[in-house]
Amino acid sequence: MAKVLMKGNEAVAEASIRSGCRLYFAYPITPQSELIEYMARMMPKVGGTFLQAESEVAAINMVYGAAGTGKRVMTSSSSPGISLKMEGISYLAGANLPAVIINVQRGGPGLGDIQPAQGDYFQATKGGGHGDYRLIVLAPASVQEFADMASESFDLADKYRIPVMILSDGMLGQMMEPVEFKKAATDAEIEEMGNRHKEWCIHPQEEGEAYHQNQINSLEIDPTVLEKHVMKLDEKYKLIEKNEIQVEEYNINSNNEMICVAFGTASRIVKSAIDKLNAEGRNIGLIRPITVWPYPYATIAKSLHDKVKKVMVFELNLGQMVEDVRLAVNGKVPVGFFGKVGGIVFTPEEIKAQIEENL
Amino acid sequence: MQVIATRPKSLTDTQFTYCPGCLHGVAHRLIAEAIDELGIQDTTTGVAPVGCSVFAYKFFDMDMAEAAHGRAPAVATGMKRARPDMQVFTYQGDGDLAAIGTAEIVHAANRGENISVFFVNNAIYGMTGGQMAPTTLPDMKTTTSPYGRNTDDVGFPIRVCELLNTLEAPYFIERVSLLSFADIVKAKKAVLKALTYNKERKGFTIVELISTCPTNWGMTPVDSLKWAKDKMVPYFPVKNFRDKGVK
Repeated sequence: MAKVLMKGNEAVAEASIRSGCRLYFAYPITPQSELIEYMARMMPKVGGTFLQAESEVAAINMVYGAAGTGKRVMTSSSSPGISLKMEGISYLAGANLPAVIINVQRGGPGLGDIQPAQGDYFQATKGGGHGDYRLIVLAPASVQEFADMASESFDLADKYRIPVMILSDGMLGQMMEPVEFKKAATDAEIEEMGNRHKEWCIHPQEEGEAYHQNQINSLEIDPTVLEKHVMKLDEKYKLIEKNEIQVEEYNINSNNEMICVAFGTASRIVKSAIDKLNAEGRNIGLIRPITVWPYPYATIAKSLHDKVKKVMVFELNLGQMVEDVRLAVNGKVPVGFFGKVGGIVFTPEEIKAQIEENL
Repeated sequence: MQVIATRPKSLTDTQFTYCPGCLHGVAHRLIAEAIDELGIQDTTTGVAPVGCSVFAYKFFDMDMAEAAHGRAPAVATGMKRARPDMQVFTYQGDGDLAAIGTAEIVHAANRGENISVFFVNNAIYGMTGGQMAPTTLPDMKTTTSPYGRNTDDVGFPIRVCELLNTLEAPYFIERVSLLSFADIVKAKKAVLKALTYNKERKGFTIVELISTCPTNWGMTPVDSLKWAKDKMVPYFPVKNFRDKGVK
């Protein structure tokens, strides 16, 4: 299929529909409005459900209900709206439900502003909602990758029965880039995707089918039963940590003087700065976590050798992922940080200057 | 041996977790009987609330979901939109539906969402130990209104059926009580009607069931029935508010 020029918000919406998502519940918020509007236009054309919920809370609970039927379902929002969804996300995780949640991050805390930011890293990767749970969190760095992550997220959600979050930002949501879409899932394929979950999901008692009384639930009042339930979730998380880490290593070699770490939009800018420095004879590498949970600790640890004098972390926040980098580096070399907040995005020149200062 | 009474097919044999004299068991039974009579057990699914009936997902013999506090109408919306071939109901108490879940119930009703809501109103939070509910009567004492509900301070009890009756979309709205045998027979009719309309995909249906809480009211079951009849029913009149099926 030929490439088309599209906004990230629209590209990920189109890719989700092509991935077999026929149920979408959301509430309007900037800067993800093009996503909800695209779904409002396109879902009726493919016989899907678009519903504008009365609140973010209702939207995520509609997702919970729909996910309970085993069908592919999605919601999207931006930072303040994601905070409101956190209750429902914890329930989704606790009830082992597959669903996809897109966060087009904006500046915070509170109402903040509507410009790009990465201030929700802690919320996305360390909890946000209550209880011991994890989400798979994917962080795209281009419109193409944002779109590709739609089908990947649904596949992961289905594979592990887990909510998956795409942690993008206002920059990726709003900017236009060429994007190539995968073939759309056929109705038969979509039906088959749902049927895979029959063992546990809500569905009619069909003729000839073994009796079922499936329960979509995260309540276990007996502590010994709840303990088992949470330990079982943990087994799943350990399996995901083993199998699903994704990371991009850019110019990582045995002569690196410095390793930079950045994700999403920030990584693009860091990459430009590194390109300039390397053209000037420097040897700087970049590690870009694509999954920010599970986190590529081992990749970072492995990149350190005698010539690496420092690790620099760049984020559009005041230092959140840097804590994971410090865990990975484990004191072997100093870890520096540079960040911008308020929805202000750093320039390649600023990053270049920061790297030079720290070499 | 001739069986003259038995558990409805749509209830499992799981033992109820309710207090002596509680009417949740009666309400469960009415819903299950209606599902049996309509022959829709295989295609029906329900949403349990947070409250005393939190374990309702174990009691109804069909696929069920447990929702977060107040969110049952949103969860039911997601289920119904995903599986329009199924009948979806919610079972909710007064704290769940009329306090923390006010937005969800109003908007599900306003959309004319094709679900049935069974709303058990006993004017108190039962599971958490007898706190003030949005339907607690004026001057009624609870653990969080220990001097009686002061309407100057916390307002008046919310009449849910009357509130929803201001909306265009709902198809069927009725308040019944479970306070006597005759009341229960009438309640059954309303429950059956709501589920019949549900099966026929007519739209949003709600039945409010005036109930009791002997444990947290600190009364015997018999005194509770009398108190509810004398105090609750005058404030929450038992009547049909809307039935679009009647021309």
